[in-house]
Parts: sequence; C-alpha cells; structure tokens
Amino acid sequence: MNELFNSFMTGPDEKGRFGDFGGRFVSETLMPLILELEEQYERAKTDQSFWDEMHHLWTHYVGRPSPLYYADRLTDHLGGAKIYMKRDELNHTGAHKINNVLGQIILARRMGKTRIIAETGAGQHGVATATVCAKFGLKCVVYMGAHDVERQAPNVFRMRLLGAEVVPVTSGRGTLKDAMNDALRDWVTNVRDTFYCIGTVAGPHPYPAMVRDFQSIIGKEAKEQMMAAEGRLPDTIIAAIGGGSNAMGLFYPFLDDKDVRVIGVEAGGKGVTEKMEHCASLTGGRPGVLHGNRTYLLQDEDGQILEGYSISAGLDYPGIGPEHAWLHEIGRAEYVAITDAEALEAFQLCCATEGIIPALEPSHALAHVMKIAPELPADHIICMNMCGRGDKDIFTVARHLGFDMTGPEGRDAG
Amino acid sequence: MTRIDAKFAELRAKGQKAFVAYMMAGDPDQETSMAVLRGLPAAGVDIIELGMPFTDPMADGPTIQLAGQRALEAGQTLQKTLDMVTAFRKTDPDTPIVLMGYYNPIYNRGVATFLKDAKTAGIDGLIVVDLPPEEDDELCIPAQAAGINFIRLATPTTDDKRLPKVLQNTSGFVYYVSITGITGAAEAQAGDVGPEVARIKAQTDLPVIVGFGIKTPERARDIASVADGAVVGSAIVSEIAAGKPVDEVLAFVKSLADGAHSA
Repeated sequence: MNELFNSFMTGPDEKGRFGDFGGRFVSETLMPLILELEEQYERAKTDQSFWDEMHHLWTHYVGRPSPLYYADRLTDHLGGAKIYMKRDELNHTGAHKINNVLGQIILARRMGKTRIIAETGAGQHGVATATVCAKFGLKCVVYMGAHDVERQAPNVFRMRLLGAEVVPVTSGRGTLKDAMNDALRDWVTNVRDTFYCIGTVAGPHPYPAMVRDFQSIIGKEAKEQMMAAEGRLPDTIIAAIGGGSNAMGLFYPFLDDKDVRVIGVEAGGKGVTEKMEHCASLTGGRPGVLHGNRTYLLQDEDGQILEGYSISAGLDYPGIGPEHAWLHEIGRAEYVAITDAEALEAFQLCCATEGIIPALEPSHALAHVMKIAPELPADHIICMNMCGRGDKDIFTVARHLGFDMTGPEGRDAG
Repeated sequence: MTRIDAKFAELRAKGQKAFVAYMMAGDPDQETSMAVLRGLPAAGVDIIELGMPFTDPMADGPTIQLAGQRALEAGQTLQKTLDMVTAFRKTDPDTPIVLMGYYNPIYNRGVATFLKDAKTAGIDGLIVVDLPPEEDDELCIPAQAAGINFIRLATPTTDDKRLPKVLQNTSGFVYYVSITGITGAAEAQAGDVGPEVARIKAQTDLPVIVGFGIKTPERARDIASVADGAVVGSAIVSEIAAGKPVDEVLAFVKSLADGAHSA
C-alpha cells in the first residue's frame, strides 16, 4: 500500500493513553507493580516462546480457532444482509474470557507470581480464571458482588469446584465495580506474590492494551476465515460491550480496514433515559476517572459513580474500556444501545432459527443485527461476535418470560 | 510560604512533632462534621486532613469507605466540603487544611475551577490518592501553580530508584504510608518505619509524616518519634461511626495529639 494514512492501531502511547483516555490513575503502592507488569508484558510480547505457549493452549485447551459460522436461517428470516457469527461461545468455559486469562496467567507464571486474584460480575471471567489456575496449580481468589453471588449460584459453585476461593463483596453496593475495588484493595495489600487478572479492556495501563492483544485472536481468525469463506472482508462487524473486551478483540484487527463499519452495542437496560436504568456509558455517560483509567462513566453531577442496570450481569458495569472511548470520540466506531426487551427477543430468535442458545451479552449484538440486516442488501456481509453461550442465563430468561423453573420438571407459569 | 510550611516552621521552633488528624467531610451529617472540624485545633491537631467522600475509594478500608457512604447519603457534595472550609476559616485563619480523596469529583468539576474555589475557601494542600507522579500534568502541576501544596504518598513499594520521581513535585510534606495495604488495616511498627523515614529524608528536606495503621496515643507517640509527625484517620472516624458525642470524639483526638506531641 503506497497510500499514507493514520493507523488506528498504534495506541496506546507511552503514557498508556488512547487520545485523552486511558492512563495510570492508581495509588503509589500499585504504581511500581503496574510498571513492572508493563515491562514484563513488553518483553513477553516479542518473545516467540510466549506466543508458542499461548497458541498451543489456545488450540489444545481452549479449542481455537473458533468457527466462523454462516447463519443461513437467521439470514433468510431477516431477509437482508448475510449474517456470520464468530463462535467464541464454543471455547472451553463457554465464552471469550479464557483467551485473555490464558495470556495473563502465563505472564504471571513468568513473573513468579503464585497467587491470582480476579473480579467477576456474571461469573464468566471468574470461572475462566479459576479454570486456568486449576490447570496450573495456582491459588485463585475471585471477588464477586454479594448480589451476583446469589444470582449466579451455578458459576459460584463452578469456581469452588475448580478450587477457587470466592469472596462475596459487600462493600459499596456489592456489584461488579465494588468487586473490582476490593480486588484492587487485595492487590495493594498483597503486592509481592499476587497477580491481578483483570477481565476486560479497562483498568490502568497496560491492562487495556494487554487484554486487547490477547482477545485480538478473535478478530485475526475472523478476518482469515472470512477471506476463506467469501474472498473478502465483512462490510459490518458488531459486538456487545460491557467493559468491551470481546468487542475490542473482534474490532482491533479491522480498525485500519476503513471500509469495514464497526458497531459496538451497549446495554440499554430499561432505556437510556435520565433515570439511568442502563449501562450505556458512551451513549449515556461522560468522561471521568475510575479504576485506573480515564473513560466514559455513568456518574452523577458531582462526579460520584452510579450503578448501572442491565438484564445481563456481564454488561453491568458503569464504565467502558478507554480504547472504545477513543474510537467513539474519533468516530472510527459507532456505539448504539439495545434494551433488555430487544435482547430477550434476539435471544429467542437465535434459539429458534439457529439452534444456538446465546448468552444475554451477545444477544444485545444480535438484536442490533436484527435492526439493521433487513434494510441492507443481500451482498452486505455482517460478522457478529457470539462471545458466550447462554447456559448461565436460562434462569434469568425463564423468569423474564414467566416460566417457573423451581419445580423438579419446571412448569409453565403463564 | 503556605500555612503548611508555616506550621512546620512553628513546630520545629518548639521542637515538637506534628499531629495530623483525618476526618470525612459530611460524616455522619454536615452539622456534626462541622462541629468536629471546628474542635480539632483546640484538641491539639496541627494539620487537618479533610476527606472528600467518593463512591469508589479503592485505597481505603471499610471504616473510611463507610464514612464516605454516610456522608454521601447525608447529601455531601464537593461544594459542601468547600463550604465547610470557608466557614471554618472565618474563625480559624491559621490551621492548615489538606483535602484528601480521589480524582474523579475534582476532574468532574474541572481542575481550574476546583483550584480557584479551593484556594478561595482556604485549602492549603491536596492529597489525591489515584494521581501518581506519572499523571502530574492532571492536577499536581496546576495545583502548585495555584499556590496549593500537592502532597504525595510514598509507600513501602516506592523503591530508591522510584523515590526521586515521587519526591520531585511534592510540596508541603511527604506522607509515608507505613504498610502495603488499605487505610485502617494492620498496625504499623515503629521499628519498621524508622529506617524507611530515614531513607526518604536522605532524599528530601520536606517533613515526613507517617500514617496508616496508627490507632492509639502510644502508637502515635512511637511513630512520631521516628518521623516528623503522625496521621490518624480510621481510629477517629470509628469514634464518629460509633455515634459518640462530639466532645468525646474530640477528647479521643486530644489523647492522640498528646501522644504524638510527647514524642
């Protein structure tokens, strides 16, 4: 290519910034740890043996590459654009989370850390972390909001089976952001032996870049698979966003392909209104500083952080990764919001037309596909990230659909 | 010369160590909090650290977290915290006040506006936990330009290689965090703290004040004896949390101040 243009793939800068977003807003106790992590990650990144180990485990433990699947019945049903799904729900542990966890744990082992801590909302990142810790025989402590511990009992039991200690977080309001606060408090206290395995593209530098790099395997595979299937790149790529790690993983390898339209889907909850019953940080928030980075946050007029709301516990976070905030401001990616009701409808359609039970998170992405696909021509290709499977969500969905599963067989409450 | 510099000059002349007390603005309500604030100088407090409540205090233990929640639930805002200082200054023009908290409420108000309002209210220094030297352009440099001290935390993880960077734009005093951990956690041991203070003092002329994990007059004396002063926060906040009357809270503060001053 002789054409000179500004790449969208050069960030972050040496201060960990994507434009004005990102950075290292942490206490002094943590600062040396974060600098050490950055140094070790930079070293590992250019070390072939690091990536050899990753690829070996991605192939034989996780089950990569995940398929790129042409959803023909859904395509026919919507009657417009051709819809492909990147099947990251088929990964070991049922979501994209393990792509990143493997990278961080291999790094932690190289750094000689023996104790891994993590935060989790719905429990997917917690399960992935507990899984990889079990595989390597590492001590694992997972912080989870007390409310989520109750809501996500099966994942709590999974983590405990895998040998992890699950700590119910009651500080603040006992949600995902409070779990992250308590994980940071643990890290400040146990600085010598502990590695903090963050589950999304947020937190202080180098986490947003590091997690993105590990998740980028999604987009790299999708690109190659799409070339093999269609001989060209997709026209539109779509992914759901809580913190934004599955979306960043799909988007990143496509950022310099300027003809590819990039759409991130936030959780609109009960609607993006001033009542703030949603988690759409870009659509309904404004820039602020939390958990080590500057990004868009849900906050009140005095700069106090608000609780988000979504039917999907995995999207229930009042912030978003700083690279998304930057892509939003420069206009390289578009961000939209999908409500609980729209996501539930997409969830059911996906089950009925494709025989795939999606997690509530990618159901948000699918709901936006349902909105735009019918208006697009048949030769328009959409690739959406099916980043998690819905087994964990069947109880929530059943409740919303009025189906009582408390009995031994379950019975129709309607 | 700020009020903080003047206070340390005065203490040096008297051969006395500094006693620094922390309280959360607006905890449990504005009226009680104002009464405690007004009483601190007479209880022997040399420098007041006034906490700005935040929903997500990542470096704080349960005691300070809950104090912040009580304050927010009682309607405390950054403006009300500044108003408390304005009211305090009407009767006490000399006792230094340092605001302590997290960056987002300041960033949300706008750094320039905040600094102007803080200066007008009579704030002398800032401790902002989530602004390390790497982010000095955000608030530290503008604060110094506005004549407000920016007080940095040094910690056990701040090694000799990093220490000059931490000290570079620090003014007023250095706050040595005596443990790796959150506020109100494990107890600091004077034997561990002494060499660390000496290590910092070898690289700066600023006073070094030690905090985190000091809960009794005896410990305040021990720690102050190996530093330029001691900070007590969670132990005072616990008294307020227990619903003790203001005069009892202040009597406890006085016992801590006497401890530090006896060093």
